[in-house]
Amino acid sequence: MECQECQKRPATLHFTQVINGNKKEVHVCEVCAREKGYKTYPEEGYSLHDLLSGLINFESQAMGNPQGGPFQQVKELQCPKCEMTFSEFKRVGKFGCAVCYDTFSERLDPIFRRVHSGNTKHHGKIPKRQGGNLHKRRQLENYKMELKTLIESEEFEKAAEIRDKIKALENEQDIGKEGDRP
Amino acid sequence: MTLQNFMNEAISPWMQEEGPDSDIVLSSRIRLARNFANVPYPILADADKLEEIRDFFKTNYENQSFQNYEDFAFIAIKDLSSIEKRVLVEKHLISPHLVKNAETSAVLISENEQVSVMINEEDHIRIQLYFPGFQLAEGLEKVFEFDDWLEEKINYAFDESRGYLTSCPTNVGTGMRASVMMHLPALAMTKQINRMIPAINQLGLVVRGIYGEGSEAQGNIFQISNQITLGKSEHDIVDDLESVVRQLITHERNARSRIQEQSGTKLEDRIYRSYGVLENARIIESKEAAQCLSNVRLGIDLGLIKKVSRNILNELMILTQPGFLQHYQKQSLTANQRDILRATLIRERLQLEN
Repeated sequence: MECQECQKRPATLHFTQVINGNKKEVHVCEVCAREKGYKTYPEEGYSLHDLLSGLINFESQAMGNPQGGPFQQVKELQCPKCEMTFSEFKRVGKFGCAVCYDTFSERLDPIFRRVHSGNTKHHGKIPKRQGGNLHKRRQLENYKMELKTLIESEEFEKAAEIRDKIKALENEQDIGKEGDRP
Repeated sequence: MTLQNFMNEAISPWMQEEGPDSDIVLSSRIRLARNFANVPYPILADADKLEEIRDFFKTNYENQSFQNYEDFAFIAIKDLSSIEKRVLVEKHLISPHLVKNAETSAVLISENEQVSVMINEEDHIRIQLYFPGFQLAEGLEKVFEFDDWLEEKINYAFDESRGYLTSCPTNVGTGMRASVMMHLPALAMTKQINRMIPAINQLGLVVRGIYGEGSEAQGNIFQISNQITLGKSEHDIVDDLESVVRQLITHERNARSRIQEQSGTKLEDRIYRSYGVLENARIIESKEAAQCLSNVRLGIDLGLIKKVSRNILNELMILTQPGFLQHYQKQSLTANQRDILRATLIRERLQLEN
């Protein structure tokens, strides 16, 4: 496959760009990728990283922020811990610290949706030690789901077992309400 | 474990073992991105904070072992010569980004080179685990255990709803990048790969060539990895990647037997010519070397070339990169000198096999 930009060299970077829900396949060679800003570190990693600041910038346009309009007056979001501002974050495409995620929280969903195919919430691993109560809460949620299906299928003996497990787990200790953020 | 051991051999000890489907999948890798909860990320943190992290790793993990990943070497990047840095990058034990942060960055490498932990790369911690052949599920299980071991002493930046918090939004959630390195000469020869790549992209996976000065997939070696890290569990991500890789393996095997049936003599000619070039060339550019090595490796896989070990492709691809050549010669070399040395090393290496 040849590069869609120069139509000379073979394409070596292949990815799907999703802008405003429109998917577009991009097939370019390294040289054009660098020239077009898809890629900045020649030897490294995923061109996606570099596309990102473009995507984030797009977000503010998509939100229809009129130039010089009242939005300009709004005080800019700034992280209390690392002092990263939202516009700086948009420019570099990187967070400054873990607290940035809280600081910019309300603006992040559209960005994550675009980068992660519509997803905004984590469904993977929980840290073994820090996770503490969270593991229990996830386990509890799973048991409750299981209980529901068992009752629906009228498997009451098994349901009773699960119910006992739930009770035991609930009695073990207080289950934290607001998560266990480090 | 000392730096010298990592420098001397092009091929990492774990590559000597043959993994499942190793006629096509050269290696599997899982990478996890992690950060300390209370320190700004490397792009913004003060140097002294990052040095604290680096020292923490030296104090706590140097010469330690975890399961069969033994005797971790701790290497501060600033202590390395530029050729040494390049060699570690060519062996994929460190990234170019880690080299850029040399003032504060470091790496832990296990004796068998299967685990490397990059410190103060884009994130504070990047765990990489390699397995020979096609072993993503095994890799995931092991990297989780390793991650738990580190977490005994480290408070990770983690949020219930966003997962592991990383510097780049493209890594948030699982912080995981799973990838396989595949040798796909028949799909490349028949140009089928060109039709497959767009389909694979649709599934949220990225395909790229990993060797070469930019413009192609040298040696027909492709890397396939996940793009999405948020919203799916690590197991689901790995399952999806595995199923695509499995299909690629089947297609590659089919393409190989079809070429053998339909143009067997032509294929044999191509393979033996390449072998002849590698055995006899006095000057060889990396591009030509990669293509010939790919053909010879295919010849080994098809049972045409019997006296050469399969590892030759992985090994010579790494050994003939510019950094390694210069390390071997203990001096910097011009492009022409490198082409001569490359040809010499390949000839010598092939003679060893006879």
